[in-house]
Amino acid sequence: MSAILAKNRIREDKEMRNAYCETLMELAEKDERIVVLDADLMSSMGMKPFLKAYPERTFNVGIQEANMIGVAAGLSATGKIPFAHSFGPFATRRCFDQIFLSCGYSRLNVRITGSDPGVTASYNGGTHMPFEDMGIMRNIPDITILEPVDSVMLRDLIKQTANLYGVFYTRLLRKNAVKIYEEGSTFEIGKGVQLRDGKDVTIIATGIMVDEALKAAEALEVDGISARVLNMFTLKPIDKETIIKSAEETGAIVTAENHNVINGLGSAVAEVLVENRPVPMERVGVFDRFGEVGPESYLRERFNLTASDIMEKVKKVIARK
Amino acid sequence: MLGAEKIKEFEIFALKIRIEAMKAIGNLGFGHVGGALSIADALAVLYGGVMNVDPKNPRWDDRDWLICSKGHAGPAVYAALALRGYFPLEELMTLNKPGTHLPSHCDRNLTIGVDMTTGSLGQGSSLAVGVALGNRLDGRENYTYLILGDGEIQEGQVWEAALYAAQQKLDNLIAFIDYNKKQLDGFTKEINDLGDIKAKFESFGWHGQEVDGSNVKEIYEAIERAKEVKGKPSVIVLHTIKGKGWSFAENTASNHHMTVSKEQMEEALDELYKKLEKAVTR
Ligand SMILES: Cc1ncc(C[n+]2csc(CCOP(=O)(O)OP(=O)(O)O)c2C)c(N)n1
Ligand SMILES: [Mg+2]
Repeated sequence: MSAILAKNRIREDKEMRNAYCETLMELAEKDERIVVLDADLMSSMGMKPFLKAYPERTFNVGIQEANMIGVAAGLSATGKIPFAHSFGPFATRRCFDQIFLSCGYSRLNVRITGSDPGVTASYNGGTHMPFEDMGIMRNIPDITILEPVDSVMLRDLIKQTANLYGVFYTRLLRKNAVKIYEEGSTFEIGKGVQLRDGKDVTIIATGIMVDEALKAAEALEVDGISARVLNMFTLKPIDKETIIKSAEETGAIVTAENHNVINGLGSAVAEVLVENRPVPMERVGVFDRFGEVGPESYLRERFNLTASDIMEKVKKVIARK
Repeated sequence: MLGAEKIKEFEIFALKIRIEAMKAIGNLGFGHVGGALSIADALAVLYGGVMNVDPKNPRWDDRDWLICSKGHAGPAVYAALALRGYFPLEELMTLNKPGTHLPSHCDRNLTIGVDMTTGSLGQGSSLAVGVALGNRLDGRENYTYLILGDGEIQEGQVWEAALYAAQQKLDNLIAFIDYNKKQLDGFTKEINDLGDIKAKFESFGWHGQEVDGSNVKEIYEAIERAKEVKGKPSVIVLHTIKGKGWSFAENTASNHHMTVSKEQMEEALDELYKKLEKAVTR
């Protein structure tokens, strides 16, 4: 793993979905076992180029997510390497038993991608806004759950999962991400990345909250608070070692996620802390609410997913030390 | 039989639904244009006369229910509700705005007049079966109307509901299929062909009909016939056109979710207002 923090954290030119499609095309060129499944959201996912290049390896089943997952599991039993996509809620909630039994319990080899995480579902509203996708997937034994933060990480992780065996859930922002890593950075699944060192508190963040965490840390520095920032892009298996080390070295933890705090990153980190190195901890995330419709910027404020929400929790947790 | 005056009234209502839906979507700049426009005629017949509802008492127990399972047609449903007097037309401009009561997908807890929450395709079918069962248990004589997208019926849940509705002889349930031949990624035929939808439902024990879904008279008469069927649920397959009413949308291959510029909205409204004028003066 050698991850380099981007000098300028600006919106990437390329959309995540295009990086996803390009990566799958690269993989498909080298490995004919790679197959792609979708449930009538190929255009939303920018996967039409893949369809064009590999029509015989593309299975757009139509609007039937549960069937898609079962078909993916069947394909994997014949040695294929399926990547199945839908919007986050439909790729998880809508077909959970198929994922749990046909993929997980059956010990098959399936990659599931759920797009439009949390508030980024924006104008599609509450029915399409997954604050629970990673949470429910976390209950599948041995699953790997990834939330790539930008296109550099996305490409690296997708390539890695292609060569691994098991059930993988990738939570994918569809549009342009904020660039966090320099080109060429590589990552180790199950290992958090330290983006910034600090001694008073550790902010552990994932997804769109990573940039907010860095902004918060920069602003806190002005107030004389030194915050470490970790990008915990693997929710499962969670990186216990790094969490424990941060608890020991900084004595306080704040988690930040665009997800329900129940069974998301906040829960996963809390579980590690209470069993190993209890220190004061606060969570930034969605506190057991349903999604709503609106512009993303409005929703970020409404669900308290901003840098200032992180700063508030940091001050609160430090006061509890 | 439906008199010429009533036909005209339905046609005007359908055009007004299209106009108001396009204003709301155009004001926002994007939305599910295709599927909102294709179902406008059916909504006009339902809210314009067939459905026994009371906008002043939206949760009246004896009302007819409508479950728009293709929840992304929200803007058309909201337009129909506003035109019917459930809430002021101006509210349509709040579509998807912060704090709105009108989200992309139909929501029973947000919008007055919306009976059931939809948006995850397929789920409205079972909801409709439950509502029809519940009303029958209570001895009511009202109807439950269900609108499904053609792509939507690829969901297995729809067929589970269809099987059970027939088992329960739900003759108070009337379903429409908005058969506009397209789903999000393209033509249903090329993605996962639905074949003979009417025959499929019939083989599941339903009474089936197939009509021109852009023709209010045909829609109305099909509903009348469906009401006469006893001991079976009814399906009416509506042959529709995705984007119907705005030529540009009709002729755009990818017309499921579209961006709509101010100029395009003006163009759409211009076309629709001309049709309205013609319908009114005919
Ligand atoms: C369970 C589920 N899967 C996917 C989607 C995303 N989606 C919204 S509309 C749509 C296409 C619908 O096609 P169709 O039912 O034919 O509707 P229409 O043509 O009337 O718009 C898709 C795939 C969804 N809302 N719910
Ligand atoms: Mg359709």
